[in-house]
Amino acid sequence: MLARLLFLADLELFPPAASAQAGPIDDLYWFEVIVSAIMTVLIFAAIVLFAWKYRRRPGVEAVQIEGSTPLELTWSILPFLVMLVMFGWGAQLYFAAQQPPKDAMEIFVTGKQWMWKIQYPDGNREIDELHVPVGQPVKLTMASEDVIHSFSIPAFRIRHDVVPGHYDSVWFTPTKPGRYHLFCTEYCGNQHAGMIGWVTVMDQRAYNNWASGGGSQGTLAEQGEKLFQQFGCATCHLLDQQGRCPVLRDLYNKPVQLSDGRTVLADDAYLRESILEPNAKIVRGFEPNVMPNFRGQVSEENVIQLIGYIKSLSPQTPASQQGSQQPPVVLAPPGTPAKASPKPKPAPGR
Amino acid sequence: MATLAHHSAETEIEPVDYLNVEFGWKSWLLTTDHKRIAMLYLISITLMFFVGGAAAVAFRINLLEPEGIFAPETYNRLFSMHGIVMVFFFLVPSIPATLANFFIPIMIGAKDLAFPRVNLLSWYLYVIGAAFTMYAVLRGGVDTGWTFYTPYSSTYSNSYVLAAAFGVFTAGFSSILTGLNFIVTVHKMRAPGMTWSRLPLFVWSNYATGLIQVLGTPVLAITLLLLAFERIAKVGIFDPNIGGDPILFQHLFWFYSHPAVYIMILPGMGVISEIMACFSRKRVFGYNFVAFSSMAIAVLSFVVWGHHMFLTGESMYTGIAFSILSFLVAVPSAIKVFNWTATMYKGSVSFDTPMLYAFGFIGLFTIGGLTGLFLASLATDVATHGTYFIVAHFHYVMVGGMVMAFLGGVHFWWPKMTGRMYPEAWSKFAALIIFLGFNLTFFPQFILGYLGMPRRYHAYPPEFQMLNVLSTAGASVLGIGYLIPIVYMLWSLKYGPKAGNNPWGATGLEWKIQSPPTTFNFDETPIVTEEAYNYGEAEGVHG
Repeated sequence: MLARLLFLADLELFPPAASAQAGPIDDLYWFEVIVSAIMTVLIFAAIVLFAWKYRRRPGVEAVQIEGSTPLELTWSILPFLVMLVMFGWGAQLYFAAQQPPKDAMEIFVTGKQWMWKIQYPDGNREIDELHVPVGQPVKLTMASEDVIHSFSIPAFRIRHDVVPGHYDSVWFTPTKPGRYHLFCTEYCGNQHAGMIGWVTVMDQRAYNNWASGGGSQGTLAEQGEKLFQQFGCATCHLLDQQGRCPVLRDLYNKPVQLSDGRTVLADDAYLRESILEPNAKIVRGFEPNVMPNFRGQVSEENVIQLIGYIKSLSPQTPASQQGSQQPPVVLAPPGTPAKASPKPKPAPGR
Repeated sequence: MATLAHHSAETEIEPVDYLNVEFGWKSWLLTTDHKRIAMLYLISITLMFFVGGAAAVAFRINLLEPEGIFAPETYNRLFSMHGIVMVFFFLVPSIPATLANFFIPIMIGAKDLAFPRVNLLSWYLYVIGAAFTMYAVLRGGVDTGWTFYTPYSSTYSNSYVLAAAFGVFTAGFSSILTGLNFIVTVHKMRAPGMTWSRLPLFVWSNYATGLIQVLGTPVLAITLLLLAFERIAKVGIFDPNIGGDPILFQHLFWFYSHPAVYIMILPGMGVISEIMACFSRKRVFGYNFVAFSSMAIAVLSFVVWGHHMFLTGESMYTGIAFSILSFLVAVPSAIKVFNWTATMYKGSVSFDTPMLYAFGFIGLFTIGGLTGLFLASLATDVATHGTYFIVAHFHYVMVGGMVMAFLGGVHFWWPKMTGRMYPEAWSKFAALIIFLGFNLTFFPQFILGYLGMPRRYHAYPPEFQMLNVLSTAGASVLGIGYLIPIVYMLWSLKYGPKAGNNPWGATGLEWKIQSPPTTFNFDETPIVTEEAYNYGEAEGVHG
């Protein structure tokens, strides 16, 4: 009994706020709570008041009233104006949540029945544990190996579905050291409730200490390079001269001309697709059906490593600085010598 | 049904009605009388309600302990069955197939629905659908949740997905046929003088529901067929590993299932309009606005489905569009709540059992609707999506709203349907128990949701236990609350006092005919000369 009471004493009713995002979302949440509370009290009060004041009494008949157009307009328009505030406020925060800052640290997450696999650029890997330094914006690039998962950290007020077949991303800036829950919030099968873990927010020094071990198999890019050799990619994708397949140096985040006339940006999503299903988009001047399909052959984690390697071939190209305004890279067809593309210039701000 | 022993005085000449005109199972299973079909539906959906409810009690018990009590397989099958049964086999047909089936023809002065045989076919389809779903449950269950999200349902689940999906598919046709019948009936079968602006609001709301049923449900059928193609023939539609797109499924599914939310609430709103008018002795405040808001909800319901997908990586601009549209659909719902409340103003309000349920509806639907604003607002949707906040929100609308309205409607029209009154004290007690049990079950879930507890978890971190225990305690109270009406309603069939033709002193054609009605409702086609809810001139104010 005493245990139960103590248990009640530390009953939590509101989650900790441990990211820069949490405060503004809580503000909106409280605004909505207060508006809802006012409306609920008004309506309840009106019901109780009318029901009591106009309760049936002998000899007193109801007064028939048709309605009132001014009243109808008032109680349609006024609430809608308040809703417009909620709409604009929510939309603005949602916009911000989709635009990671340029200096965000990138971490990779793979959801898999029923675990979260985390890969850091320096080669560290973890399962169901995420370590991040306080004050540092972090962008997660997320993939699913099987079904739809949803990555959620309630203390950060962030959440995003992880849909198989493409990359999803979410970002946050942790503000309070501590350990917080990490949940899967899209039902994913038997052990859905077991797909939980911990996020550890550490101060910068503790984080550096923790990270200093590094990956036992080198950085993400080095792991990717190993795979690049192992899968035989290097046979056709030559580094400094044109092989049967496009040169990958300086490719990352540059526009690419396709054989069907379109121009696409060589971002993570494009590279992932081109590894798993090379024929989906053929670079202009190249033949289809040269590279085998790797769907089902490489795991999402391996794809992330391979992309990490390709990224490392285009040094100093922070993701968000590349606009699509630059002229597309013209990848020369086989036989002609490859031309180095001009060094990227920072694109004008959005 | 009345035996000589109990009703010696009154059974000398028992008037012929739709219940005693024929006996035997054939007279029921082959009937084309909309009232008998409504009773068949009432029995069927009540059975399904208790199947779905039993599953809910079972998984609430599991959640008493943070580590869970049952195996995860069991838990997942229980919540999936609860959702599938409650949505497709209780909420969707609840009021349309029972109360509306019974009363729409009578309210507009018709002898039956436009297509009586199609009406019977609809019930058979419902039963076949329910049988398939129950077969899936008995064979070992289905574990996809009622949403059948791909690629889990199409590729990964090892449970009886196809049998359950086929059950839902079949029941969907029963829903289409009901909606079709209502639309045609309201257009073509109104008695002379029953103009559109004289229609009871219950008819308006079910007409709007019919439109959604006819236009939306085929999309569900298509979606489930595509799911079956992928699961059986491995045609790549939704699974990215074979070239499909899992998000396509969500678009198709919610294109039906969001409008379906309004299939599950609009008829309830119609019931509340009838009850508020009757027990306030007044015409419904702003009749035109209430009628028009039903139509507005039906139209807008088709353009808000994307708010289920704010987190799937859809474009920001899509998100913005669906957010503002979702706020827009809240306006007609708010109009209704304000008008019901205003209906009591200067009325003559009595507190009979149906009115208590109407109060419960307005209060709980208000909370359900307002918490919907949190989910239309993009940023707070991100913070609450997939948590118990959502569970609490839609139960306030579906259970606090629709089930309250259903019970209110059953208590309102029971004297007409059966000719008997139920015990008043017991029925008021049950309404109170249900209201308290409901709030105790679902209010803690709002708090749990913002704390971050995900839905569909068979186990959870220990700090969430207290709120879960409260919720389970509430569910037990709620369960008992739902059992009480079953007992006294069955009791009233035999022992309840005779109700008379108009126990509430209500207006409306259904109260002008015999209780229970005769097979063809009216001896001669009525001619309507007054608006609905003409309480100013109604004689014999009930007091």
